[in-house]
Amino acid sequence: MKLHSALMAATALVGASAVSAAELEVTHWWTSGGEAAAVAEFANAFNATEHTWVDGAIAGGGGTARGAIVSRIIGGDPMHATQLNHGRQAEELIEAGLMLDLSDIAEEGGWRDIVNPVGLLDSCTVDGKIYCVPVNIHSWQWIWLSHKAFADAGVDVPANWDEFVAAAPALEAAGKVPLAVGQQSWQSSGAFGVLNVAIGGVDLWTKINVEKDAEAAAGPEMAKVFEAVGNARKFSQGTNVGDWNLATAMVINGEAGGQIMGDWAQGEFAVAEQVAGEDYSCLPGLGVNEIISTGGDAFYFPKQDDPAIEAAQKELAKLLISPEVQVGFNLKKGSLPVRGDIDLSAANDCMKKGLEILASGNILPDGNQVLSSDTTSQIEDVMVEFWNDLSVTPAQAQASYAAIIADAD
Amino acid sequence: MAEAKRPIRLLRNMNSKIAAIPMILTAMVVFIGCTVWTVVYSFTKSRLLPKLDFVGFDQYERLWNSNRWLISVENLFIYGVCSLVLSLLIGFLLAVMLDQKIRFENTIRTIILYPFALSFVVTGLVWQWLLNPDFGVQNVVRSLGWQSFTFDPIYDANIVIFGILIAAIWQGSGLIMVLMLAGLRGIDEEIWKAARVDGIPKWKTYVVVIIPMMKPVFITALVLISSGIIKVYDLVVAQTNGGPGLSSEVPAKYVIDNMFRAQNLGQAFAASTMMLLGVLIILALFGLTQIRGRKNAS
Repeated sequence: MKLHSALMAATALVGASAVSAAELEVTHWWTSGGEAAAVAEFANAFNATEHTWVDGAIAGGGGTARGAIVSRIIGGDPMHATQLNHGRQAEELIEAGLMLDLSDIAEEGGWRDIVNPVGLLDSCTVDGKIYCVPVNIHSWQWIWLSHKAFADAGVDVPANWDEFVAAAPALEAAGKVPLAVGQQSWQSSGAFGVLNVAIGGVDLWTKINVEKDAEAAAGPEMAKVFEAVGNARKFSQGTNVGDWNLATAMVINGEAGGQIMGDWAQGEFAVAEQVAGEDYSCLPGLGVNEIISTGGDAFYFPKQDDPAIEAAQKELAKLLISPEVQVGFNLKKGSLPVRGDIDLSAANDCMKKGLEILASGNILPDGNQVLSSDTTSQIEDVMVEFWNDLSVTPAQAQASYAAIIADAD
Repeated sequence: MAEAKRPIRLLRNMNSKIAAIPMILTAMVVFIGCTVWTVVYSFTKSRLLPKLDFVGFDQYERLWNSNRWLISVENLFIYGVCSLVLSLLIGFLLAVMLDQKIRFENTIRTIILYPFALSFVVTGLVWQWLLNPDFGVQNVVRSLGWQSFTFDPIYDANIVIFGILIAAIWQGSGLIMVLMLAGLRGIDEEIWKAARVDGIPKWKTYVVVIIPMMKPVFITALVLISSGIIKVYDLVVAQTNGGPGLSSEVPAKYVIDNMFRAQNLGQAFAASTMMLLGVLIILALFGLTQIRGRKNAS
């Protein structure tokens, strides 16, 4: 009976979206509890207009979802709107003319003045035209520390990376995993990126990732970073989990000392009802270099033939960046809003730290904004091997890394 | 008169020829056409969208310089050889045991065949839990008192491919068993009687008489197992997702990841062309032995 009615509903939805012009199918990969609550903010706001939001959540994370999204767009069956990380993921789709140009409403809404940092909008811009709406800012440069694990080990909660390294043996002696790193390749690569900025500094990072300077990637400054990662990977032995949120759970339970992970980890602590500063600490930039990257999510609108749908797409685009929706969405998501002119007094301590850094302008572009998917995934392959296979020496990993940067476009 | 009625060769059997046209077209366009298209584009630097921008053998150079691809090929080789040998061996032995006119044959057969009804994704997840050191076999044995017992194949980079192999054998040997059992049942009872009269021991009858008689069954099984080996992908994704590190990567996963995650079609096509080449070489070797076997026989 339940299945039957579900089937009926599905048929009705499919039938309805074929005839009604104001129903937009929106695909995204926000499927965890906190993420689903955040996306519901969008859906409710859009349903309050005369249009309808048809949710197309794709499970399995960004890597899986992007494949499905891109192949639908290329295959001639585009959805009406879709999440992607702004940056270079949609570059070729835009060049092939498959995405809707939003320049007119961006101009009308004065996006260039309200979006902060404006680099987010630049990532949506190709040949002077704007193709996406940034909706939030996520940064990678955080380490999350479990107060319980450090108390069990009898050491103080560290205030920066060096203290963390010094405390690691005590954690190990107490039977903890000092640094939880999930086994998916993007996590290894992300943790590497964070250590790169913290230890090597921003200039080095920019030289390599933005200017693609292979000599810097092979140089002695970078060798220090690889040595540090080579050290850090020993702290992560014994993390027998794959997904990032399972690694975060180890920090929450006090089985692991800390985890280097983006600010989306905050949602997991919130669901576990832990309080920042009491149960866990967050150190932006690993407490060394207080700087955050400004990656995040954006919505793209694949081109449609129907003018009525196009009008609805533009309406949705305007709605996503409007102040009320930005506040509601980002509070649930744990991310920072893309506009600087709204009030986020309800944010928690860690989010406020992030907002302060953002306001002070200590920001970096995100890896997705400067490197192509091809280069990113090659780096991920090198990093996941480096973190997990202790027989790969830092020098070997650095050589492979420098070769990738030399070929990067 | 006979000459006048001689049918034109092309028009003979018109009905069946017309009926075969759709299949011929499918084979030409879908199989051969798409294969050629893939090979051609493997020489381009296509990224997300196919573009005819030729770069010679660059993609192949990068492929064979890629550590991940080398690991994938090595894994496929180990997995392939072990899976082929073990599937045939276990399938045949199980079939022989079932063929001893035992009681509850139907029940046992169903139980052994049952894993085959599960998809590779389910199989992978089940074995991921069974082989997890904190919840699975290791934990059970330790809780029985053997504290130093260690069994964590999917978290040990050196043996992870065997952890996948266990799951694959568990899933696939039932089918091979059923095939072999059908083959054994097809052997004439008289042959067994003759062997018994001559006083040949049972095991020797199997090795010397029965197995050679079951050659067609073995070839069917071989083809089924080999195609399963080449395309192994979903099991790895579900069980280890290529980890720890890159130690359980396989070629099919390299292709898919490059196509969708890295958005690099050229590289994915180069890898799939290499996979095709591998299959063709094996087929050619197989064909050669067949021809030689026929010559020897005649």
